[in-house]
Amino acid sequence: MAERKENKAGAKRLRNIFFGNEYKKEATISYGILIVGYILLQLGANAGLIGRNLQGQFVPICVYISLAISLNLVVGISGELSLGHAGFMSVGAFTGIIVTRMMEASMPSGNVRLFFAVLAGAITAAIAGIIIGIPILGLRGDYLAIVTLAFGEIVRNIMNVLYFGLDGKKLKFAFNHTIDGVEGNQRIITGAIGATGVTKTATFTTAMLLTLFTLFVVLNLKNSKHGRCIMAVRDNRIAGESIGINVKKYKLIAFVVSAALAGMAGAMFGQNYSTLAPLKFNFNTSVLILVFVVLGGIGNIWGGILAATLLTILPEALRQFADYRMLTYAVVLIVVMICTYNPTIRARAGMVWEKISPRKRRKKKAEEAADHDETGKEEM
Amino acid sequence: MADDKIIKGDPMNTDISDTGHGYEDRELTYYDDNVGGRAVFVDAKEQWGDEDPYPDTTILPERDKDMTPVLEVKNLGIDFGGLTAVDNFSLAIGRTEIAGLIGPNGAGKTTIFNMLTKVYEPTRGEIFFNSKSTEGMNTVDINKAGMARTFQNIRLFDKLTVEENIKVALHSYTDYHLLNAVFHSPKYRREEKRIHEEAMKMLELFEMTDVADHKAGSLPYGAQRRLEIMRALATKPRLLLLDEPAAGMNPSETAELMKTIKEIRDKFQIAILLIEHDMSLVMGICEGIAVLNYGRTIAKGTPAEIQSNPQVIEAYLGKSRGKMEEEEDIEKQDPEAAFKKGKVTSKVESRPDRAKPAADHAKGTPGKTDKKGKEIR
Repeated sequence: MAERKENKAGAKRLRNIFFGNEYKKEATISYGILIVGYILLQLGANAGLIGRNLQGQFVPICVYISLAISLNLVVGISGELSLGHAGFMSVGAFTGIIVTRMMEASMPSGNVRLFFAVLAGAITAAIAGIIIGIPILGLRGDYLAIVTLAFGEIVRNIMNVLYFGLDGKKLKFAFNHTIDGVEGNQRIITGAIGATGVTKTATFTTAMLLTLFTLFVVLNLKNSKHGRCIMAVRDNRIAGESIGINVKKYKLIAFVVSAALAGMAGAMFGQNYSTLAPLKFNFNTSVLILVFVVLGGIGNIWGGILAATLLTILPEALRQFADYRMLTYAVVLIVVMICTYNPTIRARAGMVWEKISPRKRRKKKAEEAADHDETGKEEM
Repeated sequence: MADDKIIKGDPMNTDISDTGHGYEDRELTYYDDNVGGRAVFVDAKEQWGDEDPYPDTTILPERDKDMTPVLEVKNLGIDFGGLTAVDNFSLAIGRTEIAGLIGPNGAGKTTIFNMLTKVYEPTRGEIFFNSKSTEGMNTVDINKAGMARTFQNIRLFDKLTVEENIKVALHSYTDYHLLNAVFHSPKYRREEKRIHEEAMKMLELFEMTDVADHKAGSLPYGAQRRLEIMRALATKPRLLLLDEPAAGMNPSETAELMKTIKEIRDKFQIAILLIEHDMSLVMGICEGIAVLNYGRTIAKGTPAEIQSNPQVIEAYLGKSRGKMEEEEDIEKQDPEAAFKKGKVTSKVESRPDRAKPAADHAKGTPGKTDKKGKEIR
């Protein structure tokens, strides 16, 4: 009996560590999904259960999960709509490619190059985030959505005409062909064709490490002074100002951290392909990332992880229906939104959940037992 | 606070044990660490010499008269478009005074709060908070200077827990930067532990520790009101503005709130300015009261003075039949004067001052009036 009690106390303590409060619960579930998913996929790949096609999706899945987590920082935690996440991704990706190409001669280790690519991607994307964040974050309403949408398009259009070349050790860039075709000049980025001849350095493991890092940053930020201020301003801007929160500062923090994380994910993405066209980072990609966030539940980080995984695997699995992908997204989004805000459906889902959930069931049983047998109640 | 930092006039270091206001009981010395370096009070004479621009300290409590009032407002006014919402509002609040701002609906009380906290920029007039002009400050600066408020319609951070609501308000006293936050450094842990304790201390004071983990939005109404006051207090203000704290409360809850407000003043040694319609609360705890009607101050004084002020009674209850008849008689004798006054002689109107001014129509200029029949200037 005593042993059982001890076990119970131990279990309670354990539960407190992992599910003690909302942040712990969210962290446990999110890290759990990622780590378990990583182990399962790795084992499956080693055992030859997963086809090559799907194995090729491992890095993009990790990248999209990172993007979903980082966009959740703006959309879910800060409560602003950002439609230019692909723009930051693009900035990070091409910066990463330039950095790795420059380092190729001097640094043989692919992982070190990848690390610097990701770091450079984070820095340039953060700078881009600051540049567009400062003028617009003081505004209210939908301006952020409009400006970020424009930002994504601007980045894509600039990358479409941007040429980078390596002349010996000197990096050259131009908005036309002038640097092309010069003797000894190495092409890095060629306008609309994009980056070519990239050495693939990204692996499933490094991509997963990046995803874990992204999750770590966002969850830690959420459970801190800065995160609380960001969420407070989201819940009530006027009240936030009345207790001395500098609204613009905290919105900028959320936006820039999100941009930097998107830049890192972009750099990882760029290191996964031998060629990369700027067209990849168009408005559709921005919307796709937003769909992950919305489908997973705005503000729900592990929901975003699942949605990103599912929506990256599904189109590959159902390749023949790829033409209808955008149409499917629209339909799925509408259905999800109707379902999440429909009280009838929510109530039904709640009833089903009550039947399934073991904890609720136990609780109900205990209640029933207490009702039936008031006198037979035992002292703990 | 260390001895060398004692500044003359700081309420924390002034011997006030002989005031007879029960201030000897200072077990909760909230300001002792003086975090954030809140401004301290200065001697009025030292600050202004003989040229105190706002010597209107006539209705300050005796114990506060030596010091500069925490808030001095002179000729404050604001226009919205062509409408003057508040005009010529002047007020001084002593450093430990509980002051009241009353008046019928739409009199401009909340507008004054919004001007004090710079939600609205005043069109005219000056505000001196703690002897410093608030010109050019915004809402955030005002809070950092030491003014905190609650709202008429409760504005909590609904999706945060009760404890987090208070922790957010403590953000200026949480000393770590973004990198500490991202990597949960030892400094982060230290500071988080400290503000957790501070928040719990505050919750204990208001007997709300048991709901610390509940979402603020899920609390019952009364608890939400209390949480809002706690959140404002957590920013360690010198002046607390309460906008209808007793709205929607029953008499026993109101009595409880009255006690709480007094306790806040006594424990935190701060000034409180409150807007309230509940006369039992206002008359019970306020030491000075200003009455507004149509954006103009119609009376200032102690509760006893206010209660017997005929203009106040008129604003709240309308004129007595006797007085109206008396006026009618005058008007009958001198119709010209009544016409000029723009008075509608009607016994049905319980509040004759709200009737449409007839003079404008007579003059041929269609008098623009707002919803409540008030003339737009």
